[in-house]
Parts: sequence; structure tokens; C-alpha cells
Amino acid sequence: MENNNNLPAVPSNALSEGYSHIKGWGIDADLKNDPTYPIKRRTDEERFGYTWERPAQQARDVEILTSTERNNLPAVFGTTLPPSGLSGAIRRFAFKYSESDYAHWLPLMLADRVGVAEGIISDLSRGHIPDYFNERGWGAEMEYNRKNFLLKVAAGAAVATAITALLIYRKRQKNQ
Amino acid sequence: MLAMNYRGPYRVRVDRDAPIPEIEHPEDAIVRVLRSCICGSDLHLYHGLVPDTRVGSTFGHEFIGEVVETGSSVHKLKVGDRVMVPFNIACGKCAFCRQELYGNCHESNAQATAVGGIFGYSHTAGGYNGGQAEFVRVPYADVGPTVIPEWMDPDDAVLLTDVVPTGYQAAEMGGILPGDTVVVFGAGPIGIMAAKSAWLFGAGRVIVIDNLDYRLEFVQKFAQCEAYNFSFMEDPVEFLKKATDSLGADVCIDAVGCEATGNTLNYIMGTKLMLQGGSTTALHWAINSVKKGGIVSIVGVYGPIDALVPIGNVVNKGITIRANQASVKRLLPRLIEHVKNGVINPKEIITHRIPLEEAAEGYHIFSSKLDSCIKTVLIPPSATI
Ligand SMILES: [Zn+2]
Ligand SMILES: [Zn+2]
Repeated sequence: MENNNNLPAVPSNALSEGYSHIKGWGIDADLKNDPTYPIKRRTDEERFGYTWERPAQQARDVEILTSTERNNLPAVFGTTLPPSGLSGAIRRFAFKYSESDYAHWLPLMLADRVGVAEGIISDLSRGHIPDYFNERGWGAEMEYNRKNFLLKVAAGAAVATAITALLIYRKRQKNQ
Repeated sequence: MLAMNYRGPYRVRVDRDAPIPEIEHPEDAIVRVLRSCICGSDLHLYHGLVPDTRVGSTFGHEFIGEVVETGSSVHKLKVGDRVMVPFNIACGKCAFCRQELYGNCHESNAQATAVGGIFGYSHTAGGYNGGQAEFVRVPYADVGPTVIPEWMDPDDAVLLTDVVPTGYQAAEMGGILPGDTVVVFGAGPIGIMAAKSAWLFGAGRVIVIDNLDYRLEFVQKFAQCEAYNFSFMEDPVEFLKKATDSLGADVCIDAVGCEATGNTLNYIMGTKLMLQGGSTTALHWAINSVKKGGIVSIVGVYGPIDALVPIGNVVNKGITIRANQASVKRLLPRLIEHVKNGVINPKEIITHRIPLEEAAEGYHIFSSKLDSCIKTVLIPPSATI
């Protein structure tokens, strides 16, 4: 389950070999000079990777896509909405690439758009017609921005009228 | 239970039959929500700008509630405790938590390493459901959640889960020295808190830039600062340079993030075509109007994709950039003191209190900046306070 694709090993004693043969090594390395905020609380262990006592591991009972930059699962993760359908397939593809790659993020954006369509299909299949007016909060638009609301309604009506007129016109042309 | 349900850009609804969350890990708690907010960064999700925001998600990373169930390894919290829950999901044990970088926990997000887990903030932030619901699963319950002091107003408490600490940390990361001129870009809730907090670090002058008059009026009163509308400026950078004797501000804070307006090209590339991690206009202005050798502090949210940033000017001007998600847990003790002493009055920024059932209207009002909206609190019908 671990996505262990030939990870470079963390050197086990990278610094303990000592650099004392280099003249002046470390003489200015006082942590109090470190402007980084929050001040790093280094211990000797942390440079060796996972040294903390890890929390208990949450059981993985749904599909969790994991960043290729991790060599394991975090102890705890969210389990809502595992990947599914076409959007899920696109997400699985995206997670083949690291977080530094466009091939990771752009497919995820695409999958989100596909997911919207899948959401509508799943709503319809359960006999639920998406209620755009309320889902978009247009009640508030009507209340607080009436002018804009009416303009949009009018524009929508105008477009609908134009399209209908065009269709009727075409149909008549065909029939002639 | 009731839960906000994301259906796609600009579309949310509230489900009545969402499943009540369950304990999934021994360190989990289930919390009954008493208040949750809609945050400016929820709008980035709402507008479909954050990758891996799956349809069906429940948003909401700013919430308080009452503990109704605890996992077998939870020892500090007990059923009945009223808690404020920091937006970061943090284990308290990993190398980053030990450095008090609670926003960067390594044990809470499978999907990405750059950011830790965040409640209700897409799968890029861990795929957790958020608090815009009646109940929420809270992992690592002994680490983040902090019992709300008896004397504290719940409306103040809910703002301590993100808005106040993020604004405060924005000022803190600015490394403000007494007398410094601080410019804050963005007069949303975070910018308002950043401007207020700048004084706490000894700023000598605080300037806020935005394009909405009602927000500028608000911040001017709330944070006793100068406030200017950039839509009446030929060039905000030039304006700020002139206002600082051509030297620039000591500290610039970007409290806007990826949906900045003000530069058409940047806006189209970043938020319409999504070819970069958001529109970086505010960050451009911050970098270009800070003094040489100055500090730019970023708390605005940007997408993970590369963004156009004038990095040449960062190098040439010798600018220090500091940025992070707020380490809420690190800052809470101090901020609770500040609220107690009346130094900060968070609840004054709440302009809208909306029943959870009307979340869609709440999102639309905030997103479209209707009805002079600054901050919206959602209240579930089951809330008892
Ligand atoms: Zn927030
Ligand atoms: Zn951690």
C-alpha cells in the first residue's frame, strides 16, 4: 500500500561524521542568530526523518489518494467522498504526479468540473432536480440587489426569447 | 443531520439527511456545532478555485461546539465541554507540531505535504468535512480544541478559531518594529484583524487598501487606521510610495490571496483561466510598495499552482517574505487574554447571523458583497447558545 517508488534513503548519520576538519566549521551557528520565525526547535533527532512517536494509525477502509511525496499514510485522514466515477479516475491519474507538477493539479481541476456534472446526474437519477435558484442563493440577490436581479432575469428572458425566435425562424425556413 | 453540501461553483445546498459523523480514530471527538462562520477563504472553494474540492463536501473551518462523544484515547476533553476548534488539524507530536507549526502538521493530510489538514477545505487539505453542519468529526481532540472560558461570548470564541489568530499572525510575521508603517492589502475580516493587530506590535502608522467603501469605513473605525480605495488610484504602488516619502512601507501584509482584483491580466489568468495559483495582484502591490529591506507577510490563500510573482524585485530590494497558515493553537492563550482585557473585540465584525439552513443565501451575500457584509455566522437549529 505504501507508494514506495525507490525513494532516496535518508542518510542515517549525515552530520555525525563531523566536519571539524573544516576550519571554522559551525562557529557562527548559534541558534539565537537564527531569524526564522517561529524559532526552530531543533533536536538532534529531527534531521533523521520520522523520529516522533507516531499517533495510532487510522484504518484505511476507503480509497485514499496519497501524495507521491509521502512515503506513508498520515496517522489520521479524512474519509469523506472517496474518488468515484470518471472524476475519480482522473483524480487517480493526477495522484501519479507530485505536488510540484502541473500534471497533478490541472487534472484535479478538470476532475472537479467533471464531478459537478456527475453530481447533477446523480441528483437526477434519484429524482432530485437541482434547484439552481436556491443553490445559488438568488433569494438574497432578490432581496439585497434587486436591480441587478431584475436585470439578470430580463437578460435571461431576452436571450431565451431570441433563441426561441431563432429556432422558430429556422424551422419555418426549413418547412418552406 | 443538517449539513452544507457543495454542488459546484457558486452552488451549495443544505441537506437534511446527511449522516452524523462517527469516531474513526481513538483520538477523535464528535462535536455538536454551536456556531460556524463563512470565511473569505471558503469563497475560494465556493468559486471552484481550490483543486480537489469534491462535490458533496461540507465546508466550514471556523466553528465552536459541544463535545458529544470522545474516542478511547481522548483524555483532556470530556462530553459536555464547549470548545473552540482551531481550523488546523494537528497531531501535536510530529516534527512540525513540535515547532508549533500547527498549520503544517505531517500526520493529518494524505493528499498533500505542503499544507496540513484543515476542516472542510477540499481534499488538498485532507478531505475532512467541516463545521457548517450540526455535527463534525474532530481528529486529535486533545490537541486543537480549547475549552471556551466561562466568561467568553460564543461569538468571540468562534472568531478565535481562525480570523483573529490569522490577522494577528499576519502582523506578527511582519516583524513590526515600534513606529513602523504597515500597509494591509484587503479589508476583509482578516485584513481588519491584521490592521488592528499591527498596533499591538507598536506600529506607528497603519494603512489599509481595498476597493469597497463599506469595508474601508468599517476598518477605519474598527482598527483606527487610514483606509483608501484603490479603485480611485491611478497606481496604488505609486500612491503608497508617495505617502511614505518615496521610501515605501516597512511592512506590507497581503490579506487578499488568489481572488485579487485590480489587475485585469492577473485576474483573468489567475481566476478565470486558472493558469496560475490565483490572481497575485495584492502580492505584486505588497512587494512593490514595501521599503527596500522590508518585510512582506502573506496570509492570503493561494492555490498550489505556480503564480506570477515579481521575484526579481524581491531579490533586488532585499525583501523578506514570511507566510503561513496561522498556528492557531500557539496563539490562542495570548489572544484569549487580549479578548478578556478588551484589547480585541472580535464579535464586532459580525454583520450577519444566518440560520444554517440558509447557508446558500449566506454564501451569495458574502461572495457578492451584498448588504454591507463583513462576516457571517451560521447558526444550526440545534445550537443552544
Ligand atoms: Zn477562515
Ligand atoms: Zn503534527
